[in-house]
Amino acid sequence: MAEDGKGEPVATDDDSEHLAVDGSSNNTMVEESCTLLRRMEICVAEAEKRSGKNAVNMQETFTVYLIETRPMDAVAEGRNPAPDSLWRRYSEFELLRSYLVVTYPYIVVPPLPEKRAEFVWHKLSADNMDPDFVERRRVGLENFLLRVASHPVLSNDKILYHFLTEEHGWKEVVYETGFQAKADSRLRALSATFRVRNTDKRFMDMKHYSDELQSHTSQLLRARARVADRLYGVFKVHGNYGRVFSEWSAIEKEMGDGLQSAGHHMDAYAASIDDILEEEEHYADQLKEYLFYAEALRAVCRKHELTQFELEMASQDLISKKQQREELATGCERFSFKGMTNKLFGQEAPEQREARLKLLEELIAEGEEAVKEKTVECEEHVERAWVDMQRFEEQKDKDLREALINYAVMQISMCKKGIQVWSNAKECFLKM
Amino acid sequence: MSVGAPRGLASSGQKPITEILHPLSAAEEPISPGPDVTVNVGGEKEAVLTNGTPVETSSPASASSLFNRLQLDDDLEADARDPYASMETRDLFVTVDDPKKHVSTMETYITYRVSTKTTRIEFDLPEYSVRRRYQDFDWLRIKLEDSQPTHLIPPLPEKFVMKGVVDRFSEEFVETRMKALDKFLKRVADHPVLSFNPHLNAFLSAKDLNKRQGLALLTKVGESVKHVAGGYKLRARPAEFCAMGEYLDTFSQKLGTIDRIAQRILKEQSEYLTELREYGTVYSSWAASEEELRRPLEGVAGCVTTCCGALEDLSENMSQDFLPVLREYVLYIESMKNVLRKRDQSQAEYEGRLEAAILRKQEDRTPMPIEVEKCQDKVECFNADLKADWERWQSNKRQDFKQLLTGMADKNINHYEKCQAAWESLITLLQDKQTEDKTSETN
Repeated sequence: MAEDGKGEPVATDDDSEHLAVDGSSNNTMVEESCTLLRRMEICVAEAEKRSGKNAVNMQETFTVYLIETRPMDAVAEGRNPAPDSLWRRYSEFELLRSYLVVTYPYIVVPPLPEKRAEFVWHKLSADNMDPDFVERRRVGLENFLLRVASHPVLSNDKILYHFLTEEHGWKEVVYETGFQAKADSRLRALSATFRVRNTDKRFMDMKHYSDELQSHTSQLLRARARVADRLYGVFKVHGNYGRVFSEWSAIEKEMGDGLQSAGHHMDAYAASIDDILEEEEHYADQLKEYLFYAEALRAVCRKHELTQFELEMASQDLISKKQQREELATGCERFSFKGMTNKLFGQEAPEQREARLKLLEELIAEGEEAVKEKTVECEEHVERAWVDMQRFEEQKDKDLREALINYAVMQISMCKKGIQVWSNAKECFLKM
Repeated sequence: MSVGAPRGLASSGQKPITEILHPLSAAEEPISPGPDVTVNVGGEKEAVLTNGTPVETSSPASASSLFNRLQLDDDLEADARDPYASMETRDLFVTVDDPKKHVSTMETYITYRVSTKTTRIEFDLPEYSVRRRYQDFDWLRIKLEDSQPTHLIPPLPEKFVMKGVVDRFSEEFVETRMKALDKFLKRVADHPVLSFNPHLNAFLSAKDLNKRQGLALLTKVGESVKHVAGGYKLRARPAEFCAMGEYLDTFSQKLGTIDRIAQRILKEQSEYLTELREYGTVYSSWAASEEELRRPLEGVAGCVTTCCGALEDLSENMSQDFLPVLREYVLYIESMKNVLRKRDQSQAEYEGRLEAAILRKQEDRTPMPIEVEKCQDKVECFNADLKADWERWQSNKRQDFKQLLTGMADKNINHYEKCQAAWESLITLLQDKQTEDKTSETN
């Protein structure tokens, strides 16, 4: 199951562009390899609070999300069957993603929405149970599923399919794949980064870019949160005008009405910031997605370093074994443990030498196999990863550009609201 | 001389001498101007704009521009009520502008050009242009207060500024002060009684003001000593003056609150501006590491910068135009309160003397002494002048605040319009590029 994606030729970039609408894949393989999203309408419809006992038998409250799926052809034909649905917790999404990351190390795997609310401006709740946070997370989870299901490689994965269709027993199935054993240890990966010699320049550039992307998006998110905080203050202080105008209007005769109504508009102005900033959170979420995407991109680059490193190690090992064979065969061993014991205990017998040579030959044969395997692994990784990184880059440019346009639209809307309120207030002032 | 109940009109009792001399005084029937009245202003024909919003002008006073400034919207009825309605008799125009620094061995100070245009016969020439410094304005104000104790004298901007805190020669400070001095002089010139004061005449026309500042100071001291020494207790203040006092207290309180709110807004805006600038630079630095996204990101950075600029303008405007006017009104309220106190004093004095006289009359049947009658007249005049000034003040206050607040609204609208324009142009830029890319893709 986990190998599903590997055997097939990688689909072209067009796939990712066609989502639920028209999923004509250029993949010439069997029906199954069309992106899942073509066959199935997916959405994360609701969120609900549940309580139950956790792993250490303690009572806890958590949120579950309702995943609804419907066969696409039914929708296209106009039939409206009830969707199949099941409930999943955030931790199950995490498990799915971990599985995908290990199983497809050459794919920039879409990220999950954040586990805890970060980059909050002060008024926004950092509470995981806060309904606004839950709602945004629901949207984020749906986005994750749509991205995965429309990915030319990931969408064919059986575990993904089970995740969407089989409520019970899914976890067991995932564990049975043994993916956890395949996960690269952090230590190995880190060691590889420092010790690898010949890495593909494109990957190094991409790794550097992922650092930049992460740095800039997180800087931006922090700065935006601070700006939101300050803007909130500016708007709210204007609310005080409302109160004082009201009090002042009480002692005025002709001016009274105008002042009073103007005061109401000032109150409205102060209140409007809440909605404005709530809407802006959507923009922040889009930035966050790419902040986390940067991490996924870096992971692919690191995997390259690791495979390359392992190849280098295997080659190095083969070389040193061959060298040993040479020395043994020609009888001039350089300083070695065997040489030492020979000096101490006397020369070894020819039978022993033969045994050692035979062992070496076996090891060399194994080593050559290993090098072949590693080479293939490395090359395959480079090839596939490069394709997906290109796909990712295009997607990123398109998505972020749209996000920026939407941000501009939001700003314009805010300006229009401001003009409206102040024009209303001006009308009232003119009537004073 | 009349000994009766004080009447509302200033024409009862003894008129101040300045009023009698002038044909264009309040004794004339107040006309209720129609919407399209044509008015003679000392020989010039001017068309009245009924909808002329007050126009701030710093150019030398011209008849039409000042007309526009004074011709306020629809509410002509309120002005018709004012017995001092002198719009149709405007014949004195003053302006304060052109600040210049003077450096002498003793001191450095600023002078302002005071320009006058008039058709009044009390002035020898139709036009004057003199230079005056703040001290001179102060002198004028003191003189006016002394010679017209029953009238409300408009306030001057603050005299003393903390040397370390405020730069007395900064452009902003000088500009703000100049506007306040201009307002002061215009209010005096608009006042039907004050504008005929000989001290004003001297101020506007004399080459070198014969400033008897030392004397003026003494006079001021003298007045206050007199008031304290008077020591009469007020029995019953008429309800209308009580109401005025209460109104002024509440009003000044509300203005103080508005001042604090405005200052708070400025502070919040300044902090917002700091963060916004930082925010813009993040977009710029991100743009440097991108290819396709470079233009959009730089575009956003540009928009943010434009919004910063717009916000700076807004804040500057609030602190330069809005706050000073607010503060000046607080001073104006203080002046008004002073006048109310003086009125109370004169009433107290009259009541005191009356009481003493009645007692004496009961004892030895002497007729009502003249001083008592004089006091009563004084009180009557004071009350009448005060009421008239109050009405005028209320009307001016209404116009001033209407102007001030609509100005504030306008500046805010302006700010948002600038921001909106910037973002809209960015969208067109980005969307154009999108269609550009799409067409190049399909080709």
